[in-house]
Amino acid sequence: MMKKFMDQGTTLFFWFSGLLIVAILVWFLQYTVGQGWSHISWQFLTTPSKEMDAGGGIGPELFNTFYVMVLSLVFSLPVGLGAGIYLAEYAPKSKITDLIRLSTESLASVPSIVFGLFGSIIFVTGFKLGFTILGGAATLTLLNLPVLVRVTEEAIKAVPFAYREASYALGATKWQTIYRVVLLSALPSLITGINLVAGRAMGESAILVFTAGLSVSNKMLDFSLFAPGETLAVHLWYVRAEGLVPDAEAIANGSAAVLVLVVLLFNLLIGIPSRILHRRFAGKVG
Amino acid sequence: MDIATNESCVKTELQSARRYSRVKFYDRLTRYLFLTCAILMTVIIVSIVIFVGKQGIKTFNDVSLIEFFTSTQWQPDTGKFGALTFIFGTFALTGVTILIGAPLGLAGAVFMAKIAPNWLREILKPAIELFVGIPSVVYGVVGLTVVVPMIGEYLEPPGYGLLAAAIVLAIMILPTVISVSEDAIRTLPGALEEASYALGATRWQTISRILVPAAMPGIITAIILGMARAIGETMAVLMVVGNSPQFATSLNMATSVLTTQIILEMGHTPFGSAWNNALFLMAFVLLIITLFLILVVRFAGRKGGMAQ
Repeated sequence: MMKKFMDQGTTLFFWFSGLLIVAILVWFLQYTVGQGWSHISWQFLTTPSKEMDAGGGIGPELFNTFYVMVLSLVFSLPVGLGAGIYLAEYAPKSKITDLIRLSTESLASVPSIVFGLFGSIIFVTGFKLGFTILGGAATLTLLNLPVLVRVTEEAIKAVPFAYREASYALGATKWQTIYRVVLLSALPSLITGINLVAGRAMGESAILVFTAGLSVSNKMLDFSLFAPGETLAVHLWYVRAEGLVPDAEAIANGSAAVLVLVVLLFNLLIGIPSRILHRRFAGKVG
Repeated sequence: MDIATNESCVKTELQSARRYSRVKFYDRLTRYLFLTCAILMTVIIVSIVIFVGKQGIKTFNDVSLIEFFTSTQWQPDTGKFGALTFIFGTFALTGVTILIGAPLGLAGAVFMAKIAPNWLREILKPAIELFVGIPSVVYGVVGLTVVVPMIGEYLEPPGYGLLAAAIVLAIMILPTVISVSEDAIRTLPGALEEASYALGATRWQTISRILVPAAMPGIITAIILGMARAIGETMAVLMVVGNSPQFATSLNMATSVLTTQIILEMGHTPFGSAWNNALFLMAFVLLIITLFLILVVRFAGRKGGMAQ
């Protein structure tokens, strides 16, 4: 009897913890979006920020957020995919493979502030670039790489071996097999992974404070690689912590809501098509 | 006529041979390209350790090793660089974070793996993954506007300190802890569970005596990955910890940890000064701690492999 009672009690406890976690997550989303929703307007999203007066927007910061993210993906995708393909398709069981794997895992756990300092040594003081979009994006690349390598490796390893055998049987070389057969069927999971990386890159701030800086170009939509590149996440912290504008809290809440919404939208916009793709590719073979 | 066909035959053969060697060449080229990309990972991590380490070690020109690690006197103006306050702060913060986050995360993982109905799991899994993508500054803002005032009200105002930071971090590491330990529990061989039920065990007995112990290596990995995230987190902590270089004697007083002290002061220090070097040394300490944790994860993973 006691045994049964204990079992039911703990079941109740697990349901309670599960629901508590769900409640925390739902509350979190509802709170951040709810607090800032009223402050989001077309004007807020497109006008430049102000140093001293109320009513500043987040236009250039929003632009920089996407620009730096896209640039960092351009830098990290070829290398990350390449390393992931190597680990999944080529890597022999050897000391060097072990070392590469250990390096990737270590890289994944390096605190972002350490990346930031490393980037500032290399780009800001080493190449004497100062705070630039280029330096920020290049440092952000280091954050993207390990995740990309991991998702690529996992996505490729999940492709059934029979696909490769069929391709080899038709006389294809290894590389032909990889890019015509394996990568294509791994595409949906790859897109999900890249989506994850992009979301993290857009929200990162500690790396960018010392590499992309705390100011923006005074030109609207400045595509220059050497312009200073404060992003929305950095701006959010700066305004809330050190900002002098009287409406700092409203701007911070608005920016937080925009950031959360952007991450949500990204997941919906990229997550759903990749699921459809997945169904189409996986469905045909059964 | 004959000669002509022969010629074209030779020609196509030559073409196909040429094509074959080109394909072969690409095959080899791509192989080496990919290998280069993979080796680049090692090059990057090694150069981070070297560059940050080299800059940090220069601190010992001005400060002794013992002073840096055992003194709590952080007074850059008078040349005193004792970082114990921040090192202790980082460890204390991580400890409290794990105390709050790990049990809740583990309970959530068990719930998702063994108790929740399928439809709920289908919703929960992507929802939890979504939370990994929420920027840390957003966690910081919520901590600042909700957690800090709450602690201020129930304990003692203003509420900044390690406890506020630990609560925010515990929520931040939940997704990592849940998804990694859930994987560990769900990928256990089904026979374990069936054997336990066959012996007449209840679900709770099966979970507590069979499943959780068997999944322990994975659960430890999950907790350590959560720790690594907590140790390295900067922005969210920066906004709620109070940022004062005083040794934390209670969980509810303004203090500072390694990451926050670095980001606070980095901007004010000229590159190459003793102060700047000391901040780099703090970053190096952070780096070494997280690299050590990764080695522990590897070890735990290998033990898990042997157990199965």
